[in-house]
Amino acid sequence: MSQDLTHRAVIKKALGAYEIKRDENRSKYLNWQEARQAASEIKWEAVNHLDHYLLEMTKNLEARGTKVFWASNAEEARQYVISLAVEKKVKSIIKSKTMTSEEIHLNGALEKLGYDVVESDLGEYIVQLNEEPPYHLVFPAMHLTRGQIKEIFKRKLGSDTSDLPEELTMVARNIMRQKYLTADMGISGANFGIAETGMISITENEGNARLTTSFPKIHVSLMGIEKVIPKLGDLAILLPLLATAGAGQQITCYNTMIGGPRQPGECDGPEEFHLVLIDNRRTELLADAEQRDALHCIRCGACLNVCPIFKNSGGHSYGTTYQGPIGSVITPHLRGLQDWKHLSSASSLCGSCTEVCPVKIDIHHHLLHNRRNAATQMPVWWERIAFKGFSIATANPALFQLGIKIARVFQPLHFLVKGTLFDPVRAWTQTRDLPNIPAKSFRQQWKSKQ
Amino acid sequence: MNGSKDQILARIREALRSQAPVPGNHDYSHLAMTPSRPKPELENFRQWLPPVESNSENQWDLLTKSFHALKTDFGLLESKARLIDFVLELQRVEQWKRVGIHHGAMTDEIASHLEIEKLWVDEGYDPQAMEQCEVGISECDAIVAQTGSILITAKSGGGRGLSVLPPHHLVLARTSQIVPDLPSAYELLYKRYGGNFPSMISFITGPSRTGDIERIVVLGAHGPKKLTVAILKD
Repeated sequence: MSQDLTHRAVIKKALGAYEIKRDENRSKYLNWQEARQAASEIKWEAVNHLDHYLLEMTKNLEARGTKVFWASNAEEARQYVISLAVEKKVKSIIKSKTMTSEEIHLNGALEKLGYDVVESDLGEYIVQLNEEPPYHLVFPAMHLTRGQIKEIFKRKLGSDTSDLPEELTMVARNIMRQKYLTADMGISGANFGIAETGMISITENEGNARLTTSFPKIHVSLMGIEKVIPKLGDLAILLPLLATAGAGQQITCYNTMIGGPRQPGECDGPEEFHLVLIDNRRTELLADAEQRDALHCIRCGACLNVCPIFKNSGGHSYGTTYQGPIGSVITPHLRGLQDWKHLSSASSLCGSCTEVCPVKIDIHHHLLHNRRNAATQMPVWWERIAFKGFSIATANPALFQLGIKIARVFQPLHFLVKGTLFDPVRAWTQTRDLPNIPAKSFRQQWKSKQ
Repeated sequence: MNGSKDQILARIREALRSQAPVPGNHDYSHLAMTPSRPKPELENFRQWLPPVESNSENQWDLLTKSFHALKTDFGLLESKARLIDFVLELQRVEQWKRVGIHHGAMTDEIASHLEIEKLWVDEGYDPQAMEQCEVGISECDAIVAQTGSILITAKSGGGRGLSVLPPHHLVLARTSQIVPDLPSAYELLYKRYGGNFPSMISFITGPSRTGDIERIVVLGAHGPKKLTVAILKD
């Protein structure tokens, strides 16, 4: 695999338009920095009194007929949704965008049991059809060109359209409309949970979350426990910050607060509303006071959009649910430091992520904290042996020279074993390229030029 | 059935025994340290958010600018007669045959002049019948000048589906419903609904849109392709 320059150009173009709009809308604020500080304090208050606000929120939700389920891990959350689907004889399920569902791999589990699960967010629908994970927290299909999307639609849906974004969008719209009306269950995420009034808040542009939460008889919302905020009125600053930082908009098209199932006197809405609160090791991150502010994250994606690593290596290279700088900070906490510490090293520490974060998470310092913690903790045995060998080789010029000479002979044959069990460096080469050893070393070049 | 409620709460309480650094202290620390910083509360947000002037003419200018930018159609109607003409003209141009509508002071008035099939949603309705409507007509709680948003609730907007399923959403409002900014809209919600909020509250800002294909904006992703606000002067 060589450098994918076309891919980089696609990403660069997509983010270029975003940057212009973001700067334009950010400049309208009387004081963007103070607004960030306020948002940071709101989230700090909530996260540092998480038990209190979660109890207040769930009490208020339950008072109006919402069923709240607390899931310790992905398995519990999946099982709850599955047993609910079984119990209510659900056949088809429509989903609006929820990263938490990606985190707990809900779609796969439901599909395995024969449920028809459809992502209604256009970007999510495209990557679902293409059988790949979302590329970006907020723009799931940003790596695909209109030509590629046209091909995906043709292959999977048999549609025969031009590659105009309008036409492609209408293909998805027409397929989805009946699904909203006939699905038995609608699954959504939640951008915020509101303690004071017992509500969830969903931010979107397409209207698919509105439809998903209006027509199916059962609405299930998945929410990470850290999404709670104290007051309804806090949204007056959080919603515009989320939109501006995340999508360059002043506010997104639909910002919807849902406080339960259909209430007496209302003409529509689901009969049941279930909120699944998911811990899934968030409490471990909470216990790390130094990095606790990583739980302030409102998943706007602003840090991805400015990150030189994201822009050059792309969203899929992370191999995580949450990509970019914030993903590199939280994934080691959610999935194990030794397995995911490499993410924290894939950073230039330029600090752009920290600078744009609308809730002022100290992202690039947390990458450093992860590096420190990973080094302090005992690394796995083979890594210790590998680095021991490396340090011996580099401290001994003759040995190093010899190693280079041998490697130069064998590298052309490396492709035969690359990434397989017989590959001595497969931990690296399974997902990465090894640079070619140059024909002449620096020493040889130096000698010949003297 | 609560799941692992007690275990999760216990883990949270254990985790919170250590104290986190003060918020946002890593950069701009001078801001965090200023003792006179206003608290992050609703009444203070205006000091930081995009400004809105207090005079209503300026607010109207700001609102129309937002509507243009968002591709929201609108009309400022001098009288009830004009409002009726405005809606009838829309009906003629778009050839509506079926309209979804809810009961309300303004909607009832308009409905009495529309001689087409009406789907009244108030007592419940068949979603498939609503899918056949070319337009959904609703009232609203407020219009936000700062952002060009329409604030509706399940109570003011005829439930959840009416404002989002038909391809055209027509909002009937009055100039007195214009509020300057988002904080005012939330203040209004507290005041109007207090302890008994409708189960759905939504800020609608322009017709439904997506940018998921090459970040190119397309209107009418899943919700209405068209949003029209007819505002009666009062």
